[in-house]
Amino acid sequence: MSTSNRGTPLVELRDISIAFGGIKAVDHVSIDLYPGEVVGLLGHNGAGKSTLIKCLSGAYQADSGEILINGEKVEIKNPRDARAQNIETIYQTLALADNLDAASNLFLGRELVNSMGFVDETKMEAETRKIMGRLNPNFRKFNVPVSALSGGQRQSVAIARAVYFNAKILIMDEPTAALGPHETQMVAELIQELKAQGLGIFLIEHDIHSVMKLCDRAAVMKNGQLVGTVKVDEVTDEDILGMIILGKKPAKAA
Amino acid sequence: MTDTSHRPQTQEKDGPIAAFLRATELDPRLIGMVGALFMIWVGFHVYGEFVLGDGSFLTPRNLWNLSVQTASIGIMATGMVLVIITRNIDLSVGSIVGVTGMYMGLLQVEWLPQWLGLGHPMIWVITVIFGLAVGALIGAFQGSLIAYLSIPSFIVTLGGLLVWRGVAFLAADGRTISPVDATFNLIGGGPFGAIGGTGSWIVAAIAAAGVIWMIVNGRANRKLHGFPLRPMWAEVFMAALGLGVIGGATLVVNAYPWPKGILKQYYEGLGQEVPENAFISHGYAYPVLILLVVAIGMTILMTRTRFGRYVFAIGGNPEAAALSGINTRAMTVKIFTLMGALAGLAGVIASARLNSATNALGDLDELYVIASAVVGGTSLAGGVGTIYGAIIGALVLVSLQTGMVLIGFGDGSYRKIVIGAALVLAVYLDILYRKRIK
Repeated sequence: MSTSNRGTPLVELRDISIAFGGIKAVDHVSIDLYPGEVVGLLGHNGAGKSTLIKCLSGAYQADSGEILINGEKVEIKNPRDARAQNIETIYQTLALADNLDAASNLFLGRELVNSMGFVDETKMEAETRKIMGRLNPNFRKFNVPVSALSGGQRQSVAIARAVYFNAKILIMDEPTAALGPHETQMVAELIQELKAQGLGIFLIEHDIHSVMKLCDRAAVMKNGQLVGTVKVDEVTDEDILGMIILGKKPAKAA
Repeated sequence: MTDTSHRPQTQEKDGPIAAFLRATELDPRLIGMVGALFMIWVGFHVYGEFVLGDGSFLTPRNLWNLSVQTASIGIMATGMVLVIITRNIDLSVGSIVGVTGMYMGLLQVEWLPQWLGLGHPMIWVITVIFGLAVGALIGAFQGSLIAYLSIPSFIVTLGGLLVWRGVAFLAADGRTISPVDATFNLIGGGPFGAIGGTGSWIVAAIAAAGVIWMIVNGRANRKLHGFPLRPMWAEVFMAALGLGVIGGATLVVNAYPWPKGILKQYYEGLGQEVPENAFISHGYAYPVLILLVVAIGMTILMTRTRFGRYVFAIGGNPEAAALSGINTRAMTVKIFTLMGALAGLAGVIASARLNSATNALGDLDELYVIASAVVGGTSLAGGVGTIYGAIIGALVLVSLQTGMVLIGFGDGSYRKIVIGAALVLAVYLDILYRKRIK
């Protein structure tokens, strides 16, 4: 592979398979990710992208195959394990509790507590104000449930949650699907910034233009299997489209 | 950067009521519930005054009794809030009251005296711990079925409703066990089961200090982080309101004197004559204090701990909660365990108050408990609810119940009709309210 001379990958998913009731959602897929790299995951709906990535984020457990972080084999049995490996995920559904405010969502499962073990609400709000000031300076609605926020605002809460805890590996499942052009641009800038900081990012995306613009490599899946992984600057839009639709890898990048 | 992020929120022009609510941060729904409660109270009193010629609702005696009657329902309602917030239901709490009450009766009347001797001071302690433990175990068992076998809570606890009521009958072949241990009996309230006038003022002073501390500490904390502060008049108003409620309640419970028979019994015990103008206040009853402690504890649990956060998060979005690393199944077991323990505690109070254990103890309580939580603003859709709301809800329901008795419609049928209608109306008003704020 063309990337083999870059040392140990940050993440290596080896030969991952997972089936639901006899249907192979992910079928012997291997994929890797290096620090400071953005790898796009493409494919039709139901191609297995989200399922594959959920094995890494701890939402599912693979039936077979192994996960290596920095070259070491790890067990990821639940989302807590994934977080312990500095893997953060921004789900397509955003996974926000609509009845709670931004701070409560940002710290969900990792609340800040004071010396007496009680949740430190004011500190959490202060921290939320800080990070939102950086990500989305126009954000003002700190004391209302996130159900009262716009799509973009909700998205920025979900992103803030992933960024706040110093992720090393970031999984973004269609982060711009619900966003307007301005906010999409903001997410693109953020991805560049995080990449520069040395994070590895898996980006699940439908829009080939975004992939060409944001990603270093693109992995295409079809019917649970990996069609191939290509460097985006070595292929054209049509090549990737061909991979998605026909499941064929372009000859020159093979 | 800190300056921009701490910019004060934009002040919109709004009417005096909206400005008042904004400044005091009072939940308009709370005001509505308290308003409804007062209307019920005044309504019954006025009806009694004009139709029967005897307004007996707003008397220290009735209000004191109301407080005692609210205790066991109120205690369970605080637990039901958690159950309903996480989109579950517990139909078995009334039967848990019955079964724990029955076994506590057997334990303290028939089993323990054999080992410890009748009237041993440890009997009531062991009995109470036993009752809480049995309730918790039943809750944990039901919770495990719900969490790990994925049986809907409605079904598990509907089964529990029948099973535990049956067990309560079989425990003593339907006998009534009476009287209970003399010390245990005090937990149920009554003239001797209350802390008296001085004790009540001490409790009031502690509560008042707590209110002031909360307001001062809250303000200091906001200042520390540079958040917008409430205007001073709002802080003063909130403090005055808190102190007013505490003082008023204490005056009421202290205005209810021991009846003549009890006075006679008391002074005979001291070997004295009953003095003229003898006036001994009841003060707060033990079950009311227990309710108070439970309410404070549960409020802290729900608003200040991770556990409480997770309860709300699971209610708002179970999937998101699980993806955040929350063990939602273990949480379900814990919530039902807590509910069971609170039902056990209600069993303690109910059997102590009745001075006997019968297998009908707590019959239909589950409906009052669920109704209290719902009237108190807990949403059946999950994710929303407060402890204080549930207790006010319990007060509303118990007020309707005793009020109907006081005005002569106490034969059960009218009472049920009124309470049933009130429940439906309360939920409808809640739906209207939620639509308006959206």
